[in-house]
Amino acid sequence: MKLVVCINHVPDTETKVKIGPDGKSIDRTGVNFILNPYDEFAIEECLRLREKNGGEVVAVSLGGDSHKETLRKALAMGVDKAVLLKDEAPRDSFSVAQALADFIRGVSPDLIFLGKQSVDSDDAAVGMMVAEMLGLPSVSVAVKMEVDGKTITAEREIEGGHEKVECSIPAVITAQKGLNEPRYPSLKGIMAAKSKPIEEVQPTPAQPKVDVVAMKKPPAKSAGKIVGADVSAVPELVRLLREEAKVI
Amino acid sequence: MEQKSTHVKGGEFLLRTFTTDEIFIPEDFSEQQIMIAQTTEEFIAKEVLPRIHDIEEMKEGVAVELLRKAGELGLLSIDIPEAYGGLGLDKTSTMLASEKIGPSGSWAVSHGAHTGIGTLPIVYFGTEEQKKKYLPKFAAGEWISSYSLSEAGSGSDALSARTTAVLSKDRTKYILNGTKMWLSNAGFADVYITFAKIDGEKFTAFIIEKDFPGVSTGAEEKKLGIKGSSTRTLILENAEVPVENVLGEIGRGHIVAFNILNIGRFKLAASVIGAAKTVIGEAVKYAKTREQFNSPIANFGLIKHKLAEMVIRTYAGESMVYRTAGAIDAILKDIDSANPEASKQILKGIEEYAVECAMLKVYCSEILDYVVDEAVQIFGGYGYSEEYPVARAYRDSRINRIFEGTNEINRLLTSGMLLKRSVKGEIPLLPHAKKLFDDILGGSRPMTDQPSGELLAAEQQLIGNAKNTVVLLLGAAGQKYLDKIADEQEVLGAISDMMMETYAMESALARGLKTVQMHGAEKSAGVVSAIQVLVDDGMSRIDTSARLVLARIAEGDMLRTYMTVLKRMTRRMPVNSVAMRREIADRLAEAERYTV
Repeated sequence: MKLVVCINHVPDTETKVKIGPDGKSIDRTGVNFILNPYDEFAIEECLRLREKNGGEVVAVSLGGDSHKETLRKALAMGVDKAVLLKDEAPRDSFSVAQALADFIRGVSPDLIFLGKQSVDSDDAAVGMMVAEMLGLPSVSVAVKMEVDGKTITAEREIEGGHEKVECSIPAVITAQKGLNEPRYPSLKGIMAAKSKPIEEVQPTPAQPKVDVVAMKKPPAKSAGKIVGADVSAVPELVRLLREEAKVI
Repeated sequence: MEQKSTHVKGGEFLLRTFTTDEIFIPEDFSEQQIMIAQTTEEFIAKEVLPRIHDIEEMKEGVAVELLRKAGELGLLSIDIPEAYGGLGLDKTSTMLASEKIGPSGSWAVSHGAHTGIGTLPIVYFGTEEQKKKYLPKFAAGEWISSYSLSEAGSGSDALSARTTAVLSKDRTKYILNGTKMWLSNAGFADVYITFAKIDGEKFTAFIIEKDFPGVSTGAEEKKLGIKGSSTRTLILENAEVPVENVLGEIGRGHIVAFNILNIGRFKLAASVIGAAKTVIGEAVKYAKTREQFNSPIANFGLIKHKLAEMVIRTYAGESMVYRTAGAIDAILKDIDSANPEASKQILKGIEEYAVECAMLKVYCSEILDYVVDEAVQIFGGYGYSEEYPVARAYRDSRINRIFEGTNEINRLLTSGMLLKRSVKGEIPLLPHAKKLFDDILGGSRPMTDQPSGELLAAEQQLIGNAKNTVVLLLGAAGQKYLDKIADEQEVLGAISDMMMETYAMESALARGLKTVQMHGAEKSAGVVSAIQVLVDDGMSRIDTSARLVLARIAEGDMLRTYMTVLKRMTRRMPVNSVAMRREIADRLAEAERYTV
């Protein structure tokens, strides 16, 4: 079974992000970058499928040299091969998907995995676009999946519940938290990763359809206000909710 | 970095200046070392810390289950050679893993007791059969190990142990009698490494299995801290230990004990630095949310002072730990692990830095005590409540000044071992001291060059002066007391404090200069301030210790001469430490985690 997992290198959700001087991208100084958390579920699922069915897992990431750190982590977790689509040009989801789809076409895997979204720009669009570009069925936000021959049965998360779906392979799956419990890179895995090469490939040049024009932080929360402690405060509370907060 | 074939000798740091490329710093970690640190950190955060309450309550099986999980990940096998199911990694990786495990308190002690004092005696002193039998099981966490050197009446004076061993008539086993104290992991250990005197004389190490006849453990100790670690006595009542379970040579148990302690001290230092970093993060986050007088307390000067001082000291401790790890790895790198003599060579390599290991243990355990103490203070009344994490950190910290050799014993060892090394001619400290002394009597003033305008030049010069002061005092004290120096504990202790202060200042400075080379002065502003404050305060502490020593060893004109020299060596303008600490605290408050 040939498996491709697309992974991203994103700011650690615990680091404080500042907007850069250009006003439309983040200031990367002092920001710790990590493997996109949803991609960990995608990698884990590939590793489990390979352990069960044999085959090969290829991890691919689009970006600059810094993405090698994340590819190295995937190698340490156990993927067989890592490919860096080396390009630092700003991209929208469409041009990211285009580069990934063009690469994947040359590999023709049985299954393609991605995290359901990257926690940087949160578009949650690349996976579906890749499927569309490759003309493949897709299952997004998967929390459970099984492969039986040429058929996939999967459960996806929907508002308030789960939906059970079936499709044929090849297909694109985007992973949601709960799909599995990702492993830690073991020390042995880390040592083995050192000798696995990271292949560099020139991706399809960026032709973004959407440009970011500005980025801003949400307005700071103002301090809470205590209007009073008993019934006498209700009229004032209603007035404030209506006139200031404009919620009723 | 190209490794030089001539290694830095233990204690040599006092005798010359170092170029920054001779000193290993955390910013030099390899990608593999960083990944090991990350995977360990993740394991602790996701598997261990969420169960800290179960651990603290000693809920049955939790500590062991987590040790086994750590084993699957490879965290029990870093120091075990590959031939015995381990990974055989470098010491920097060992220290990084210890650092990341440190914040787990009790569990860190369980892990450290198993992988350090519980495993390493067999790694370094075991026979081929012993290694094959025990190490793969230890690596996987299938068997848990524990260790004890102490008895009720023998702690620091370990060799006065009373436990005896007598060879059985059929010469197949030793019969052991006695009680050993303070075995971490004893409640669930499968193996105990301990010591007994054969025929009441020959101090010898033994590997004892839980199921050997006559072996049992006492009740759990009720402890002040690290409450989640199992601590019991080991009771040997006509315990039958097969002769093949003698560890190392008969009558040479002290060699096993002391060598293992060197490594234990070093690992302890890394572990407490990890704990300190975590507590700093908790303290600053709290200080930002706790408001008094309509302001987060993180905005107040006295709180900033505490936060900044925690950072400065931890930075110094961290720099010392990895400088030493780098130096040890530089020696170990040249050892062929397939060589049957490899274990001996590795031990010799580590023993070379016994002085540094002792310094690290004392200095870093006292850093953590400072950090947890001030963290409780920042939390105020809440710090005294078990609802908040700093109470546990405060209790857990205290043991570090006691085990692996008390800080008092290590203070005697630090300067004492260095003097011994110089008497043996292993390092040219005494000739160096004599030259300094002659220069002083000859009226020359070798250490008062004007500092150049380079970054941290004044600090570099002060550190040079600190080294000369230590060497001079060590030489003078050695000459005055000769073989009676052991009776001058206060003098030895004070000189050791000066040595530690000097090693800390130089390690931090070298790291600072190297990071400035890497990232530029602008991005390293906090580091430069931290070093300036550290050196200014450090020189004051050195001055205080030196006065104690000088007043003890000299009087009259001689004392006056020494005092003139000391004054010259410590002379400096104060730095604006208030502004610098505020700046460091502000940077910490922004990051909300340990950062310089």
